[in-house]
Amino acid sequence: MAVTQDKSTKRTRKPEPAMGKDELLDAYSTMLLIRRFEEKAGQLYGMGLIAGFCHLYIGQEAVVVGMKHATSDGDEVITSYRDHGHMLACGMDPKGVMAELTGRSGGYSHGKGGSMHMFSREKNFFGGHGIVGAQVSLGTGLGFSNWYRGNDRVSLTYFGDGAANQGQVYESFNLANLMKLPVIFIIENNRYSMGTSVERATASRDLSLNGSPWGMASLSVDGMDVMAVKAAGEIAVAHCRAGHGPFLLEMKTYRYRGHSMSDPAKYRTREEVQRMRAEHDCLDAAKKMLEDQGVSEADLKKLDDDIKARVQEAADFAQTSPEPDEAEIWTDVLVEGV
Amino acid sequence: MATEILMPALSPTMTEGKLSKWLKKVGDDVKSGDVIAEIETDKATMEVEAVDEGKILSILVEEGTEGVPVNAVIATLGVEGETAKAAPAAAPKVEAPIAAPKAAAPAPAVKAEHHEIAEPSWGETKPTTVREALRAGMSLEMRADPDVFLMGEEVAQYQGAYKISQGMLDEFGPRRVIDTPITEHGFTGMAVGAAMNGLKPIVEFMTFNFAMQAIDQIINSAAKTLYMSGGQMGCPIVFRGPNGAASRVGAQHSQCFASWYAHCPGLKVVAPWSAADAKGLMRAAIRDPNPVIFLENEILYGQTFDCPVSDDFILPIGKAKIERVGSDVTIVAFSIMVDVALKAAEILAGQGISAEVINLRTIRPLDVATIVESVKKTNRVVSVEEGWPFAGIGSEICMTVTEHCFDWLDAPPVRVAGLDVPMPYAANLEKLALPQPNWVVDAVKKII
Ligand SMILES: Cc1ncc(C[n+]2csc(CCOP(=O)(O)OP(=O)(O)O)c2C)c(N)n1
Ligand SMILES: [Mg+2]
Repeated sequence: MAVTQDKSTKRTRKPEPAMGKDELLDAYSTMLLIRRFEEKAGQLYGMGLIAGFCHLYIGQEAVVVGMKHATSDGDEVITSYRDHGHMLACGMDPKGVMAELTGRSGGYSHGKGGSMHMFSREKNFFGGHGIVGAQVSLGTGLGFSNWYRGNDRVSLTYFGDGAANQGQVYESFNLANLMKLPVIFIIENNRYSMGTSVERATASRDLSLNGSPWGMASLSVDGMDVMAVKAAGEIAVAHCRAGHGPFLLEMKTYRYRGHSMSDPAKYRTREEVQRMRAEHDCLDAAKKMLEDQGVSEADLKKLDDDIKARVQEAADFAQTSPEPDEAEIWTDVLVEGV
Repeated sequence: MATEILMPALSPTMTEGKLSKWLKKVGDDVKSGDVIAEIETDKATMEVEAVDEGKILSILVEEGTEGVPVNAVIATLGVEGETAKAAPAAAPKVEAPIAAPKAAAPAPAVKAEHHEIAEPSWGETKPTTVREALRAGMSLEMRADPDVFLMGEEVAQYQGAYKISQGMLDEFGPRRVIDTPITEHGFTGMAVGAAMNGLKPIVEFMTFNFAMQAIDQIINSAAKTLYMSGGQMGCPIVFRGPNGAASRVGAQHSQCFASWYAHCPGLKVVAPWSAADAKGLMRAAIRDPNPVIFLENEILYGQTFDCPVSDDFILPIGKAKIERVGSDVTIVAFSIMVDVALKAAEILAGQGISAEVINLRTIRPLDVATIVESVKKTNRVVSVEEGWPFAGIGSEICMTVTEHCFDWLDAPPVRVAGLDVPMPYAANLEKLALPQPNWVVDAVKKII
């Protein structure tokens, strides 16, 4: 369990283990589902069944899963185009997500959105956005709606280290702090925006302090450790629900695959990727903790098999679900009949 | 059972690639995640990772083979002792993936017999991709003028998201080929400020969709300053990047901004089709003392055309080009839609209808003279664009013709445009959304 530092108060705290065995097993299985789902999506892309841009979440699973375990069902989630993991963590059906990737009628947007644009009102997942940084203001608006209604929900607003350079992020920080909106801003710092490393893109040396001019409370978190993520998430959620305004979490994480499917990968070494995979993998770490707590090899193997079967089922559905009806090209441009 | 390793699709526009290198040989063990080969796509050289585990039983496509179709079996993988299937004699033919983009085949170079209206001859030409032509246009101007520089996301170290600026960092150095953070509004404003002070920036937007983050600086700062300052202070700047639909990238990444920018006084708007258009107009745009919006097209980047090699070659902004001479109807198009118009003209020729095709090259200022002269001859006009119909470029062309040569028209002007909906992702729906040659043929037949 990593030590996290509370930047707002400069205290160092070492939280209690954030999850018991059953909860950790649950978190592990969601992370594994995301990993296997993404591997399958990569395969289907290679076969030409998924097209366009497709950004895989492999390596970053602990972030969304840890946050899911720190929040409750009514809380809103919004993110960028690297969104498959967020949807699965929100409890959206892998079949519907995969069918959207193949552009079929069984997909969450009936095939009209694609990998980058999926939504679920039922699960409070507000998308899937293709314009870098735009979702940060939208997520602030989700928080605003909670403030306006006076409920105790929080908006989880995810964005990348690259997106953290967009001006509207700081306009949103100001608004959220000014109005004390319940928004958790989560920077998924995977060290690169496409081929540009954080060091080459920002003069800020500590992204968790990017909200400090507005006095925003923040933490820098080991985003490869699902327990550390949950522990930090709980602090942020408590802060927001108590009406203290927004909270910034910088998740230090890593993506193993290319930015999208077409990525020449010349901006980092293979050794760097291998080292992160070998030494910091969120699944390996969780698995080891589970084994230490007496979960048997056989049980873990069975879990893996079950998840593989679920993912295969999603892949089959995504290939057999029919393409959308041609008439659908005209629907949902405007709300009709008003 | 041996597992087949298939040629993967590694980019949205890839239908085939070169298998440049094998990093494993027959008999090697591979684990999932191991790099097994290197493949050259239309955009980059990429590594192929193994998905399954096992031993390489056979390699079916030699390294160095070009044009290996996506989904062809390139090797087989199995467990110890298993035997490889006999290698097929040739790389197996497989069906194109369902997502195969339509523009995979290079456009035919425009046939010489159509060039009746001669442009000044620029001498020797050579087959050039639009990508190379854009790069050549920028590089020539940067060599000639130290005030010209290129700035944008991934333009330098990454060599350009679409490889337009490949090699330019090496030639011009990091002071003149500048990587920016993802901060369009900020770096666009910075470039406009630099232009007000006399520098000549070329701003690359990774795609024009992202220029919407910066459109305030383009319209309110770049386009209006000359006017507001009573002519004291202009803005010699080029905003360039891919515009319009690519392939299967969905609603937020597929739209044509021609009519957005063309609406605004104080801007020039250029939309090249061929490699010659790209090179000649790029040079003119950089030399122009005004802000120029330079709308490229991702699908055209890899297409090859004959392009003048002369270092003096330049094209004027504001002049259209007649790509094909005809007498029965005028088809006006720009960018990739010129291709669609030419294909339609070919089909129409087979049916005894002679179509004249105008490649606008510049949208603002519009070459009214060339359009009007053509319509006075053919008495009919059809406009073609991939953007939305409402208040589109087609509306402007139809109105221009109505104003200038109403009495010559034998039929109402007709416009062909993309469907009036955000771009859907699904393969079948996307195909329905963009103008096809038969849409143009049908439009012509409605008025003939
Ligand atoms: C406004 C805008 N500019 C550029 C792009 C192209 N683009 C897509 S993703 C990306 C990199 C974003 O990096 P980061 O925010 O770190 O997120 P990550 O991809 O690492 O998850 C870029 C430049 C875009 N989609 N939107
Ligand atoms: Mg990143």
